[in-house]
Amino acid sequence: MTMLDIHNLHVRVGGKPILQGIDLCVNAGEVHAIMGPNGSGKSTLARALSGHPDYQVTEGEVSYEGRDLLAMDPEARAREGVFMAFQYPVEIPGVNNAYFLKAALNAIRKHRGQEELDAIEFMALMREKATLLEIDPGMLTRSVNEGFSGGEKKRNEIFQMAVLEPKLAILDETDSGLDIDALKLVANGVNRMRSLARAIIVVTHYQRLLDYIVPDVVHVLSGGRIVKSGDRALALELEDRGYGWLEPEAAAAAPAEKA
Amino acid sequence: MTTATRTIEELANREYQYGFVTDVDAETVPKGLSEEVVRLISEKKREPAWLLEWRLKAYRTWLTMTEPTWQNVRYPSIDYQDIIYYSAPKKRPTLNSLDEVDPEIRATFEKLGIPLEEQKLLAGVAVDAVFDSVSVATTFRTKLAELGIIFCSFSEAVQEHPDLVRKYLGTVVPYSDNFFATLNSAVFSDGSFAYIPKGVRCPMELSTYFRINARNTGQFERTLLIAEEGAHVSYLEGCTAPMRDENQLHAAVVELVALDNATIKYSTIQNWYPGDKQGKGGIFNFVTKRGKAAGVNSKITWTQVETGSAITWKYPGCILQGDNSIGEFYSVATTNNWQQADTGTKMIHIGRNTKSTIVSKGISAGHGQNTYRGMVKIGKQAQGARNYSQCDSLLIGDQCGAHTFPYLEIKNTSARVEHEASTSKIDEDQIFYCRQRGLSTEDAVNLIVSGFCREVFRELPMEFAVEAQKLLSVSLEGSVG
Repeated sequence: MTMLDIHNLHVRVGGKPILQGIDLCVNAGEVHAIMGPNGSGKSTLARALSGHPDYQVTEGEVSYEGRDLLAMDPEARAREGVFMAFQYPVEIPGVNNAYFLKAALNAIRKHRGQEELDAIEFMALMREKATLLEIDPGMLTRSVNEGFSGGEKKRNEIFQMAVLEPKLAILDETDSGLDIDALKLVANGVNRMRSLARAIIVVTHYQRLLDYIVPDVVHVLSGGRIVKSGDRALALELEDRGYGWLEPEAAAAAPAEKA
Repeated sequence: MTTATRTIEELANREYQYGFVTDVDAETVPKGLSEEVVRLISEKKREPAWLLEWRLKAYRTWLTMTEPTWQNVRYPSIDYQDIIYYSAPKKRPTLNSLDEVDPEIRATFEKLGIPLEEQKLLAGVAVDAVFDSVSVATTFRTKLAELGIIFCSFSEAVQEHPDLVRKYLGTVVPYSDNFFATLNSAVFSDGSFAYIPKGVRCPMELSTYFRINARNTGQFERTLLIAEEGAHVSYLEGCTAPMRDENQLHAAVVELVALDNATIKYSTIQNWYPGDKQGKGGIFNFVTKRGKAAGVNSKITWTQVETGSAITWKYPGCILQGDNSIGEFYSVATTNNWQQADTGTKMIHIGRNTKSTIVSKGISAGHGQNTYRGMVKIGKQAQGARNYSQCDSLLIGDQCGAHTFPYLEIKNTSARVEHEASTSKIDEDQIFYCRQRGLSTEDAVNLIVSGFCREVFRELPMEFAVEAQKLLSVSLEGSVG
C-alpha cells in the first residue's frame, strides 16, 4: 500500500530553490534511504515533509495515505502519524522530558479519538520503551535535550519515536556525530520499529548506518533531484566510489538555470 | 507570517477575564487628599488617637516628598487630588457569618473562583477577602483561634488587638519610607493582619484576595504579619480588578516580622487589570513589601508571580538582622502588550552568617518592558554572609525589552556574592520541535514558558502553582514572533 507519494516537489529555502522536482513513492513496510552529497537537499526533503515553516513548497504534490500532506499544519501531520527525528534536536530548558512526551502522546491520542493516558499508564509505557531501547531512565526526568551529549540527543529522538509510534518516520541524519556504539543502539531501536504498517525514510550522508539499518530502496539526491535509485548495493557502490561519478548525471538531469 | 506568529498574536489578543464590575452601593469619601480626608478615614474606622496621629505624621511627611523618577517605567503624571481614598460597600457586613455578606459581593468572589464559602474551600485554605477597601469576610477564624492564631482584617486588628498593631506597625516599613509607602501610611483603608504565636505551626495556608471594584478609587491596603519565636506560616495573596479605561492606583504596604527560628513564606499572584492592547487603562501597582528576619535562624521567603498591572513597581525585600537568618526571593514577572514592570528585591545583610537567594524570571512579549532591579547590601558586621542571584530574561517577539540593574554594596570582606544573568528568546525552532511532536503552537509556547519559570513555580504552594501556570498562559496569549 502506498503510504507516501511525492510528485514533482519543488522547495525553496529563503528564496533559494533547493528541491527541483522530487518524485518518490514509499510503501508501508518499506525502509528507504536518501543519500547524497552535502547540499544536495536531503535534509530539505525531510523538513519539507514535516512542515517546517522555513521550507516553502513552490510546486508539486505530496499525498500521505491518500490525503494532501502539504495542506496540513506541522502538528496535524504529527498527529496523523508523521514523525521526524531531528538532525539537531532542540533544547527546552526546564521542561521535563517525560512531561513533554506525555503532552505529545496525549495530543496525538486525542486527535485519534483515543483516551488520554494518565501519569501512571504513561510511566509504565515509558519504562517499557526505555528498557527496549536501553535508555537510562534518568534521562527521562531531565529537561528536554538540555545538557545532553550529541549521542544522548539522538537516542532521545529514537526514544520519542518509539513512544509515539508513528506510521511514517523520517530520520534526518540521525547518524551524524555518533560513535559506533551509539550508532548500533540507535540502529537497533529503529530496527525494532520496522513493521509492515510503518514506513521509514532514513536520510544519511554515509552508508555506515545502512550496515545496521538495511534499506529496501536507496535513492541518491544531487542538485535537488533524485539522480539514481537502487537497492542496497547502490549504497555500497557509493561508499567505494563517492558521489563524484553521479555528478554528471545530476547535471544532465537538472534543467538549465534560467538566466 | 508563520502560523506560530499568528497564534501568538491571537493569544496576545486574549481578553482580560476578570474585568467585570460589581454593582454594590458604596460609601465613599470625597475625591482628593487633605488632612480632613485622613481624619475622616480614621474616624470612619473608629481608630484610636495614636493611629490617627501616625497617619497625620505620614500625611505631613508625604507633602514634603516627591514622586520617585529613577524607575525604568513611563506613565502620565498622577493627579493625587483626583483619587477617592476610601470606598466601602455600604451594607456593612458583620463578620460572624458568611451568610451575611452581600450576595452581590459573594457572586463576584464566586466569579473569581475564590472559595469564600467554607464548604467550598479547598481543604486548608483560610481566606480573608478585601473588596475595595474593606475586608468582607474571613473564613476559618474559629479553627485558627483555637491555636492562638489571629487572622483578621487590619481594621479589626486595630479594634481587637491594638497593642500588637501598635508594637509592630511601621517597624519594617516606617511611615517615612518612600513616597508611595508614606501615602499608604496616611490613607490605608484595610488589609490583613496575622499573628502566629510562639511555637505554633499554622496548619493551613492563610490567604487574602484583593479586588478593586469602584471607579476612581485607589486601593491602599496594609498587611502586617508577625511570626513569634519558632512559628511557621505560609501566606498567599491574589489580586484582580475590573477593566477601566482610566488608570487606577494601587499603593500597598506589606510588613513581615519573623522572630527567632520563625519562618514566613509569602506568595503573591498579581493579576490586576493590565490595560488594553493599546496600553489604555490598567492598574499602577506601586507596592512596598519588606520582611524583617529579626531573630536568629529566622527565614523569610517571597514568591511572586506578577502577570497583571499596567505598571508594576515593587521590590519585596528582607532585612536579615538575626544571625543565620535567611532571605529568599523567587519571582516571575511578565509584561505583554504595553505593560511595564520594574521589580526585584532588596536583601540587606546585617547579622552574621546570613544567606540570601534571588531567582528572578522576566518574560517580555508584545511591547512589554521588563526590568529587574535588585540590591544586595552586606553590612560591616555581616561576617560570613552569602548571596546567590540569578536573573533570567525571556523575550517573545522583537518589540519588547528586558533590562537588568543589579546593585551590590559589600562592606565585609568575608562575604560571598554570586550573580548570574541570562537572556534568551523563544525561537521558531523550539516551537517547531513541539509542533512536530503534535503540540499546538499555543501549547508549545506555554510549555516553553513554564519550563523557563519552573524554579519559581516549584516554590509556590501546590494549588497556587497550577493557578499561576494558567494565568501565565492567559497573560501571554498571542505573543510569539
